[in-house]
Amino acid sequence: MFGSAVIVFREVLEAAILIGIVAAATRSIPGRSRWLVAGLLAGLAGASLVAIFTDAIGSLASGIGQELFNAIVLGVAVLMLAWHNIWMSSHGAELAANARTVGSAIRDGRRECSVLMVVVGLAVLREGSESVLFLYGILASGGTGVSAMLSGGLIGVLSGVLVGYAIYAGLLRIPMQWFFTATGILVLLLAAGMASQAARCLIQADLLPSLASPLWDISDTLSESSVIGMLLHSLIGYDSHPAGMQMVFYAIAFGTTAAGMKWAGRRNQKQIYKKEFKP
Amino acid sequence: MKRLGTKLASKLCLAGTVLCWLIPFTARAADADYTLVIQDHRFQPAELSVPADKKIKLTIDNRDATPEEFESHALNREKLIAAKTSSTIFIGPLRPGRYPFYGEFNEKTAVGVIVAQ
Repeated sequence: MFGSAVIVFREVLEAAILIGIVAAATRSIPGRSRWLVAGLLAGLAGASLVAIFTDAIGSLASGIGQELFNAIVLGVAVLMLAWHNIWMSSHGAELAANARTVGSAIRDGRRECSVLMVVVGLAVLREGSESVLFLYGILASGGTGVSAMLSGGLIGVLSGVLVGYAIYAGLLRIPMQWFFTATGILVLLLAAGMASQAARCLIQADLLPSLASPLWDISDTLSESSVIGMLLHSLIGYDSHPAGMQMVFYAIAFGTTAAGMKWAGRRNQKQIYKKEFKP
Repeated sequence: MKRLGTKLASKLCLAGTVLCWLIPFTARAADADYTLVIQDHRFQPAELSVPADKKIKLTIDNRDATPEEFESHALNREKLIAAKTSSTIFIGPLRPGRYPFYGEFNEKTAVGVIVAQ
């Protein structure tokens, strides 16, 4: 039972942390909860589908279908998270809060929410499909341990959700002046971590060279299977022995998103300046 | 909003260009083919010898009625394999040494090691 709890917990943790951060980062956008829940439900439905079609997906593209699928899912999530951060930078937290009253901002708010829905849905789809497959395997194997393993799975889900909620609640306690900077950085790191994971999938499919594998190995210092290692993996994409190409993707995702945020922020400042001093 | 779309598009182009530049450096043909069989939640062979410093194409044949996830921290590889299905992953080139792997869904029995020499 403990074994299945740990397996499911690991999968759920990644999605739960992402949802916790995204939920906190979008607190000022009205109606965003509905979209997050919609994304969650869509993701669960998608996860079941992916689990059912695992072998079909796997045999696509002469055996590397699964890696391609994962890389694409991760890649889309990276773009969506980057878009969210750039959007937040270009509109500023105040406008996001006033989205209810400002006409164009309502449209933007809705677009941002649909982006959120996709991000959440994809995260749940990716992690959920593994858990669904695992739990299906337990059911299929039958035998005496089934109920114990299923309850273990349930404990894993609840524990993962709890950690995600703790992250969300913890983030909300950050004082407002630092809040959007903090969540912005967290989302940035999330996106970079996912880019690194996408690179790993493509290396596994032999579509990318690894460029030094591993680039460094600090598993003795901080293993990914430790609790802190797992948390850091989900939060910042920590990898104890990444391939060189993974770090290249990490750096590119981080760099281009940060640059986009800075550019958007500067544009926002110029527009505010123009409105104030040039009637 | 249009300008944001352009920004995204230019990022995509940048990523695409980087990828295209890198693709010529990848060799799709592996130097060696090996197979691992999953039977009764066990890997066969449990110890697989492969040549070091060569790219290896590893086929994992899951003959069980339940899915398994091939995972290895040492090899930095992870793949779900559905029941009664075969799947392929690429590993290496590996430095000489031992690289343990396991089946995440049946960690007690599904363990093995790849020995590169």
